[in-house]
Amino acid sequence: MNSKVEHSEPLIRISKRTGISRGKAWTIRGVALLLALIVSGLVIFAIVKLSPLKVYGAMFEGAFGTSKRAWATIRDSMMMLCIAVGLAPAFKMRFWNIGAEGQILVGGIATAACMINFGKSMPAPLLFLVMIVTSIICGAVWGVIPGIFKAKWNTNETLFTLMMNYVAIQLTSYCVAKWESPPGSNSVGIINQTSRAGWFPSLFGQAYMLNVVIVLILTILMYIYLKYSKHGYEIAVVGDSENTARYAGISVKKVYVRTMALSGAICGVAGFLAVSGASHTISTSTAGGRGFTAIIVAWLAKFNTFVMILISFLLIFLEKGAIEIASRYHLNDYASQIITGIILFFILGSEFFINYNVNFRHKHN
Amino acid sequence: METVTAVQMKDVTKRFGEVVANNKVNLELKRGEILSLLGENGSGKTTLMNMLAGIYYPDEGQILVNGKEVSIRSPKDAYDLGIGMIHQHFKLVDVFTAAENIVLGLKESGKLDRKAIAAKVKEISDRYGFDIDPNQKIYDMSVSQKQTVEIVKVLYRGADILILDEPTAVLTPQETDKLFAVMRNMKADGKALVIITHKLHEVMDVSDRVAVLRKGEYIGDVATKDTDPQKLTDMMVGHAVTLNIDRPQMDHLTERIEVQHLTVKDKDGINQLTDVSFTAKGGEILGIAGISGSGQKQLLEAIAGLQSAESGSHIIYKDESGKEHELLGKNPLDIAKMGVVLSFVPEDRLGMGLVGDMDLTDNMLLRSYLTGRGIFADRKTPRQLAERVVEELEVVTPSVNTQVRKLSGGNVQKVLVGREIAMNPTVLMSAYAVRGLDINTSYTIYNLMTEQKMKGVAVIYVGEDLDVLLELCDRILVLCGGQVSGIVDGRSATKEGIGLMMTQLQEKEEERA
Repeated sequence: MNSKVEHSEPLIRISKRTGISRGKAWTIRGVALLLALIVSGLVIFAIVKLSPLKVYGAMFEGAFGTSKRAWATIRDSMMMLCIAVGLAPAFKMRFWNIGAEGQILVGGIATAACMINFGKSMPAPLLFLVMIVTSIICGAVWGVIPGIFKAKWNTNETLFTLMMNYVAIQLTSYCVAKWESPPGSNSVGIINQTSRAGWFPSLFGQAYMLNVVIVLILTILMYIYLKYSKHGYEIAVVGDSENTARYAGISVKKVYVRTMALSGAICGVAGFLAVSGASHTISTSTAGGRGFTAIIVAWLAKFNTFVMILISFLLIFLEKGAIEIASRYHLNDYASQIITGIILFFILGSEFFINYNVNFRHKHN
Repeated sequence: METVTAVQMKDVTKRFGEVVANNKVNLELKRGEILSLLGENGSGKTTLMNMLAGIYYPDEGQILVNGKEVSIRSPKDAYDLGIGMIHQHFKLVDVFTAAENIVLGLKESGKLDRKAIAAKVKEISDRYGFDIDPNQKIYDMSVSQKQTVEIVKVLYRGADILILDEPTAVLTPQETDKLFAVMRNMKADGKALVIITHKLHEVMDVSDRVAVLRKGEYIGDVATKDTDPQKLTDMMVGHAVTLNIDRPQMDHLTERIEVQHLTVKDKDGINQLTDVSFTAKGGEILGIAGISGSGQKQLLEAIAGLQSAESGSHIIYKDESGKEHELLGKNPLDIAKMGVVLSFVPEDRLGMGLVGDMDLTDNMLLRSYLTGRGIFADRKTPRQLAERVVEELEVVTPSVNTQVRKLSGGNVQKVLVGREIAMNPTVLMSAYAVRGLDINTSYTIYNLMTEQKMKGVAVIYVGEDLDVLLELCDRILVLCGGQVSGIVDGRSATKEGIGLMMTQLQEKEEERA
């Protein structure tokens, strides 16, 4: 029997780390990013025979090359950040809110409806107030419906929120058909193009500065809410164990409903930003999949809203850079997405090395 | 009988990060003997055995099996060497039969020959005196039957070195006796056995030799016949400890909780508790004995406001002024708002009593987070409380900012009990408060319970160790299948009597008739 087991130590052993210093963790992440760049450089060279440095340079130019591009990157990052901030409380509660897309869309519809219907009749301050309030309410309603069903009948929130997205998309199609302009274009066109009623005013001379201000305020408030408030504590307890929450006298149902209202409301604000603060139109692609990408942002940041700022910027930078190299070098769109994929793979993979130790075979025995 | 060494561990060291779980441990196991491995929580017993079973790989040192140096890299290597371990938590597939579980994972070519398997299982069972039906599904089995399947599974794979990690923690006294009989049969058959247990009377009862670990270090081994529980405890703890539980008597008892005709059904409509009535008094410890799953959980949760009950059930709380409050139909928050301070140490420590991912401070906050001013939670008071609990109950933790999930079982329990007692309760309920805890921590908990009793608190103690219940409790309520089969006096009852009441309600009913 013994002959089967030869005497040698395994080559690689993996053991869980008991703890890691913050500096070391960030070194691992930095190394991962560097490795990601090297590997994607090799891939770029292997496929298209271009100098990786040139390609990276092009990516940077695509994101920050001109002031206009830089502001577009900032605007889109803020949008991503806003959604991620909205998702944070839901996911911290381990409520799989896959429905940000829908919540953004209904917020956007509410904003567009106000712009179209009240653009001429209301003074600007009142119009903005009405727009923001209706988009918050609509987003909150869209979030709270799956919340209530989960609380009352324990429905699966993943499927429910996902289905709510399709309802929102259909609703958007209906509104687009209703508000079609010019007729036959199958789009709403730029709303209030001449009067600019309901458009974000420029702040400090920058068209998108208001977006930045609103989202950063939300980011700070959410950080405080999750970390220091009683509600934030309840969310964390419910997320860890419903039984413990019941034991402590926390009403799990109430927390579900309340948190989903909040999560939906902030995603509704994201819809408001998308319509009033960026595109000035509404279509079924107003959310554009960002409601899903933001889930990655929220999880990668472990619900720390300040870390989300960094991650949102990284993802949008990659997206902008990818578009640029695709057009500049006549590459297929997918080539640039490969780069994004490689970088995300390494960043996610680095978490493994932060949590686990890899031991190699001892030299001596 | 000539003794042959089965396993020898030489200078084995295992580290987890900074923590040294085993430090140059030397252990010898002979054929035809039962070795008890003794040590406090976190002394590295399970880690040491896991290295034999191929779960962990030692950082340093050698392992010799049958005199040959080996390297055990996986559980499969361990099986090939004839080493099998029965873990504390069973690893069985519920919807499979015993036989299917036993052959699961074996790479035997050809068709699954159920007849041959059943025959081999029967042969093993007959040889050692197991009682097992190869075709019974796991979900139909009692805990003790599941354990039997685990043992047979290991023997089926040809193991002649068996490691049992706290096998008696989940068994009744009668089942434990049966297990020990089987173990003695295996010993007579020339197998080498290791048993990990915290119960010293079991060590004295079943083992031939005792090896003691303390804080990852090997302290030494003694022949069982040359030692006694007191000596073993001193070895284990490192200094002399008293193994007596004080049972002072309070002169003045106050009626605190009256449970009347409590009936609880589960969601399938099956009775978990049937017409349970009793009174818990301030100034006494009421023990609750019973085979696990006899309704203990539902009973405590009903009192704590976590379990709904059928109509006609009442749980009446009597406050200082003699005013009566109904607790049923209220949630824990409602109960607290009525001014009733009810502490509860639930069985599932990390799944109900504490939040594993949170640190000590935030776990203290669980009971008091609503007291903070405005919308913000006050963390200053809980932090002080956490520091006090760590100091008073000697919780081993790097700091109060450590996640409780990272603490060892005994320390987790100290945090939980510490928090509950800090509430200054009038009723203190605990379920299996010392499960998995070492002897030193267990006595700390017993003393805390008695201390609370002497403060006039009504203590309800659900336990599984009858010896302890008989030493600690003033009265003992025995549950059997969700019904009260009797309430006996802790000072005069016998272990055998309670053991019988735990399993036989029928007789009691006939007596009544």
